[in-house]
Amino acid sequence: MSAAVDALSWAFLVAGGVFCVVGAVGLLRMPDFYTRVHAASVTETLGAGLVLAGLMLQAGPTLVCVKLALIGLLILFTSPTATHALTRAAMVRGLKPMLDDGGGRPSKQS
Amino acid sequence: MFETAAAALLATLALALARACMGPSVFDRIQAANTIGTVVVLLLAVIGFMGGRPEFLDLALVYGFLNVVGTIVILKFFRYGSLGDPGEEEAG
Repeated sequence: MSAAVDALSWAFLVAGGVFCVVGAVGLLRMPDFYTRVHAASVTETLGAGLVLAGLMLQAGPTLVCVKLALIGLLILFTSPTATHALTRAAMVRGLKPMLDDGGGRPSKQS
Repeated sequence: MFETAAAALLATLALALARACMGPSVFDRIQAANTIGTVVVLLLAVIGFMGGRPEFLDLALVYGFLNVVGTIVILKFFRYGSLGDPGEEEAG
């Protein structure tokens, strides 16, 4: 395995890990539910994509790489769907977003 | 190399768990559960590579499917208050 591919996959893995942590920190620090959904999507798209890309480089052109691509495809299609259903359910159940109407208050269970 | 990725994923897992415990509304908790599911899929893949066992990727794929289906079922329950009787038409 040439050192370049190793170094590149190492960079992808570390970057994916960093983006996962950044998304999770955003999940904690965001004031409102709807902003947290955005933060969580950072983890699911960029974090997962980079980690899987790093693993794919590590695995080389084998069946393992195909399985990793399938996992990436799965996350690519299902996580936006789940997030859409989640946000729509929250909106229908009356969870108001914290708009900038003067004193914005964090979202409460209505 | 895999240890750093696994450590970062474990940190993400801990933070998402904290959000699941603190989340004011039930939808924050469902969002945290969804994030935990995705992170577990990645963790399974990384651990499969660390242990040199490619079967873990099949586990990760199945777990990804289950995670999404579980989230959609919980959402349906919290949105309509019940999972709906068989045969009764779904109100919009």
